[in-house]
Amino acid sequence: MIPELGNFALILALLLAITQGTLPIIGAARGIPSWVALARPVVQGQFVFLAIAFGCLAYSFVNNDFSVMNVARNSNSELPIQYRIAASWGSHEGSLLLWVFMLAGWSVAVSVFSRHLPDEMVARVLGVMGLVSVGFILFLLVTSNPFDRLLPAAFEGSDLNPLLQDPGMVIHPPMLYMGYVGFSVAFAFAIAALISGEMDAAWARWSRPWTTVAWVFLTIGIMLGSWWAYYELGWGGWWFWDPVENASFLPWLVGTALVHSLAVTEKRGSFKSWTVLLAICAFSLSLLGTFLVRSGVLTSVHAFATDPTRGVFILAFLVIVIGSSLLLFAWRAPKVGLGGKFDLVSRESMLLANNLLLMVAAGSVLLGTLYPLIMDSLDLGKISVGTPYFEAVFVPLMTPAIFLMGLGPLARWKQASLPELMLRLRWAFGVSVVTALLMPFVMGEWKPLVSFGLLLAFWIIATIFVSIRQRLHNSGQGGLFTKLAKQSRSYYSMHLAHFGIAVFIIGVTLVNGYETEKDVRMEIGSTVTMGGYTFRFNGASPVSGPNYQAMRGDIDVLRNGEKIRVMQPEKRTYNASGMAMTEPAIDTGFLRDLYVALGEPLEDGAWVVRVYHKPFVDWIWFGCLLMAFGGILAVTDRRYRLKVHNKHVETATVAEDKRAASNPRLSTGGKKA
Amino acid sequence: MTRFLLPLAAFIVLVGFLAVGLNLKPREVPSPLIGKPAPVFQSQLLHEPERMLASQDNLGKVWLLNVWASWCVSCREEHPLLVELARSGIVPIYGLNYKDKRDLALQWLNQYGDPYTVSVVDPEGRIGIDYGVYGVPETYVIDKNGVIRHKQIGPVTVESLEKKILPLIKELQG
Repeated sequence: MIPELGNFALILALLLAITQGTLPIIGAARGIPSWVALARPVVQGQFVFLAIAFGCLAYSFVNNDFSVMNVARNSNSELPIQYRIAASWGSHEGSLLLWVFMLAGWSVAVSVFSRHLPDEMVARVLGVMGLVSVGFILFLLVTSNPFDRLLPAAFEGSDLNPLLQDPGMVIHPPMLYMGYVGFSVAFAFAIAALISGEMDAAWARWSRPWTTVAWVFLTIGIMLGSWWAYYELGWGGWWFWDPVENASFLPWLVGTALVHSLAVTEKRGSFKSWTVLLAICAFSLSLLGTFLVRSGVLTSVHAFATDPTRGVFILAFLVIVIGSSLLLFAWRAPKVGLGGKFDLVSRESMLLANNLLLMVAAGSVLLGTLYPLIMDSLDLGKISVGTPYFEAVFVPLMTPAIFLMGLGPLARWKQASLPELMLRLRWAFGVSVVTALLMPFVMGEWKPLVSFGLLLAFWIIATIFVSIRQRLHNSGQGGLFTKLAKQSRSYYSMHLAHFGIAVFIIGVTLVNGYETEKDVRMEIGSTVTMGGYTFRFNGASPVSGPNYQAMRGDIDVLRNGEKIRVMQPEKRTYNASGMAMTEPAIDTGFLRDLYVALGEPLEDGAWVVRVYHKPFVDWIWFGCLLMAFGGILAVTDRRYRLKVHNKHVETATVAEDKRAASNPRLSTGGKKA
Repeated sequence: MTRFLLPLAAFIVLVGFLAVGLNLKPREVPSPLIGKPAPVFQSQLLHEPERMLASQDNLGKVWLLNVWASWCVSCREEHPLLVELARSGIVPIYGLNYKDKRDLALQWLNQYGDPYTVSVVDPEGRIGIDYGVYGVPETYVIDKNGVIRHKQIGPVTVESLEKKILPLIKELQG
């Protein structure tokens, strides 16, 4: 009964989505206020029905209803409750339902936080989101219904993939999807702007906070995925350039470009058509990622059960959504004015260069990801593209981007002077070079690549210092703290996010340069020494978990002969699927991680043990968190908070931006204020 | 206008490749075992643990080796087909009960029917490793000389049975 209710709710949501995708857009075009006014209630109704559908699926999982195919394939009665809930988005069908549910969530957020926007605009934005939702709900109902029954019911479920039975995996997909889906808001704003033909600074201002929030979610989602891979896969890596990882990284790169480009469009009115194109690209790449993961065109550790009919459906959907947006772009964008002019050396030009570098990087990652597919379809053989390609391409592209990242915030809008910039930054450059040259010695060994990576990181940090110092210097009277308090949150947010990049680079550079790894045969009582730590193996003993049996190793960690910690890596075998899993033990520290994983058992209680010493590895994820905090700080900037408290003032400024005369409704709003 | 059409053009090229890609099967790396002698095994029967079956006992006839398990949902999809095939008597089907528990496996066969001449057990998946099993179900066609001639990854379907497996069996038996 419950699954049928869910199915019915899903069908009702589809009908509402169709309404949402048609009437408000037509209403906005033809000037029918009642159709325009439909947008908000319909969105909220759709959300309610999707919530019911999702609740029904979660209910089936929690209650072990193995007469539902999806539950029988992805759950098990021994599975702990938190993973049974998480299993509702662990499968292809469930994760798609989560996708549309989140899309509805974002739409509701737009409908609630858009009271200061003109109704026609909101109607178009929500209409576009409704159309996207129609496609996905249809996809669910036609090819991937999560409520399909399995009759007669299974006696027991096959269990959730043990790799996914982990707290990180419980929150990673929702975060990632929030990011993917969040770009639909920027996309919808861009399409709405193209449809209405009103592409001015106001458009950029409205979509900017939404884009930043989506970007924050995506950043955290990718970070969690990488962290999970590190501690769960048991071989110590944190990024594998796997097609599915790339599928999440591509929208991130383009989204990063979009965040910066929006800033220029808002502040200077330039890059309008470029920004629109980026907004379309960011969301298109999110959709493309969905296609790559679920159609089976690429092989990946992440791939869901694949099915060609699904692939055909998503491809058709991609063609409709992306094709029509790009067509609309080709038709409308040429009419967009150029906006503010700027010189060859200016903050605009540097941001443009950075944007291009990010896009080229995204292009090369896309090429590398699709290359096996391209070769295979041209019948040139089955190949795989791995880390060496991506590193060879990515690092050289990011180097100038990071150099510009230091320059950009110090350069003036419109026109900057290169000699003046050089003069202002000579100390920052000198300090970062000297530190980068010396630091590797502190770590014990000088390596050119380490020095180079550190140079990039220190350059970012040094330029942040210079920027803040000069900003304070020009902030008039007052003590240090008054001056610091005077600066806007958006100013700090930029530096915080950039600082996050620096921390990230330090982590990557040092762990790549100095990590040590040993694969050793350990008898009971034998020791191995690495990075100043001694590991003593005390044997392994059997333990049982809720739904698995395991051998748990017992390893003492000694420093200078003193025992500082016991590490207990496990080798698990899950009851239902019989899958073996390596559960490493990790001792996390500020400057290093100790990482121990059990390999294979040998005779007489001896084991093959893998031991890693990973300096600064946690800085990688900490850097990502700083970037995300930067984004959060940016959306809490004063001007966005004002919007909520003082709608009328905002309406007035928006009206001004829109050159009030062109829109009678808005100019009344302005006068009221 | 033309330069604004560039993104669309790039997208069309991409769609072309993706469409072709849909019909490719990147996972189906040809099995290195095809045309090679089937790995030899000797294991307990599922129904009568005291009896053993050795793969060499099947020399001289064409047979199917079907890897199955009671925990495998996809196995149920192909199961009615296997039962039908067994009833037709065209070819004997031997089951390899992979990483399963005996009582669950027997219960499963009681419920859905038993198409297998006999099933041998592979509780730890050792035989599976020899055969390069990487997903259940998988089905191998083995000829009179004990050589693997075909490997079906995933459930046997009406299409794969009619187009590939049955003609091949006919040819091998011929």
